Amino acid sequence: MSYQDTNPRNEWPLWEIFIRGQHGMSHRHVGSLHAPDAEMAIKNARDVYTRRNEGVSIWVVEAEKITASSPSDKGPMYEPSQSKVYRHPTFFDIPDDVGAM
Amino acid sequence: MYAQMVKSENTDSGPELDAFQARIDAGEKIEPKDWMPAGYRKTLIRQISQHAHSEIVGQLPEGNWITRAPTLERKAILLAKVQDEAGHGLYLYCAAETLGVSRDELTEMLLDGRMKYSSIFNYPTLTWADIGAIGWLVDGAAIMNQVPLQRTSYGPYARAMVRICKEESFHQRQGYDIMMKMAQGSEAQKRMAQDALNRYWYPSLMMFGPSDKESVHSAQSMSWRIKINSNDELRQKFVDQTVPQAEYLGLTVPDENLRLDPETGHYKFSEPDWTEFFEVLNGNGPCNKERLEARNKAWDDGQWVRDGMMAHARKKAARAASAKVVAE
Ligand SMILES: [Fe+2]
Ligand SMILES: [Fe+2]
Ligand SMILES: [Fe+2]
Repeated sequence: MSYQDTNPRNEWPLWEIFIRGQHGMSHRHVGSLHAPDAEMAIKNARDVYTRRNEGVSIWVVEAEKITASSPSDKGPMYEPSQSKVYRHPTFFDIPDDVGAM
Repeated sequence: MYAQMVKSENTDSGPELDAFQARIDAGEKIEPKDWMPAGYRKTLIRQISQHAHSEIVGQLPEGNWITRAPTLERKAILLAKVQDEAGHGLYLYCAAETLGVSRDELTEMLLDGRMKYSSIFNYPTLTWADIGAIGWLVDGAAIMNQVPLQRTSYGPYARAMVRICKEESFHQRQGYDIMMKMAQGSEAQKRMAQDALNRYWYPSLMMFGPSDKESVHSAQSMSWRIKINSNDELRQKFVDQTVPQAEYLGLTVPDENLRLDPETGHYKFSEPDWTEFFEVLNGNGPCNKERLEARNKAWDDGQWVRDGMMAHARKKAARAASAKVVAE
């Protein structure tokens, strides 16, 4: 299939936008937008998502290139960790006398 | 509201539907890849895009005054406000797109009249005081509706609403600030402020839509949590909040029947003219034609830019690809 068949309106592709805020946190997904290419996606992201000092760094990823886990896999993917409570520090009883740990 | 008279569609039934409703009742968010009833999807597309279209068309009445703002500071502020509205439109289109429609498709439906936008944007902005009245009343009414929607069941919609709400209170305050200046100004300015309130009061009340106490669409949307409050509830809240603000300005709300009911603590007020509302919704308001023409013109005039940039991007990508081949 040619590009014209899959995109009859010649629409700009969709980009997912990730922004790192002021405080040294990881980049966080903030939303998406349309742009012809990555360079323009960054410029548009600046206008759409950082009008009030929301960020110091922008990542853009073409939405098509993202592979996501499927909601129906929720059970097999995440349930196994529910039975492994010993992975949390609160599982272990340490006497107060031992001091901070 | 920005999405008025949205018809809900309930076409599904069965165990999947019950499980879906249980998730919503438990306060879970529905995400794009989750199973959802076709009716939920359709209704949401309609509601979110009507909201998005309203943000975009809503730039026109205010944009009308950008070049004529009374000071450079007012101009910069109004420009920032209108730019925010463009942003709101974009957040919402993206939320709608997660449901399987494309933004250009939605735009086409706006441009050929298949999709609606809020009735309020079909009224003209005749004086600078109208810009004040719009920020104060129109954005004020929008906030009433948008704040609860931050808790709506559809994840992308709720997240868009959170961003929007953060920005809206600037809009309302800048409007009220304009009204304060005018109301405390010369006699002529005061008259202008009163005139703006006179013209925008009832259209603002119409934004919430007609009473939906008995509407099956509203009941369905409420159980899906894509509508949180009834139209009457929100309208009452708006009146209760706004009347004291008008009093502070020394302006008179154009309603002879307006009075505080000491028993309930709520204001009693006159209903807007619903015949006018339906006329405006059906395309016969003072500016419907002008608004749609402006959007169509912007879309048509921008076609070569959109195409040109896409062609440039493809050429650049092809060049980069062949350079890579040569290097290898
Ligand atoms: Fe807005
Ligand atoms: Fe608005
Ligand atoms: Fe606004």
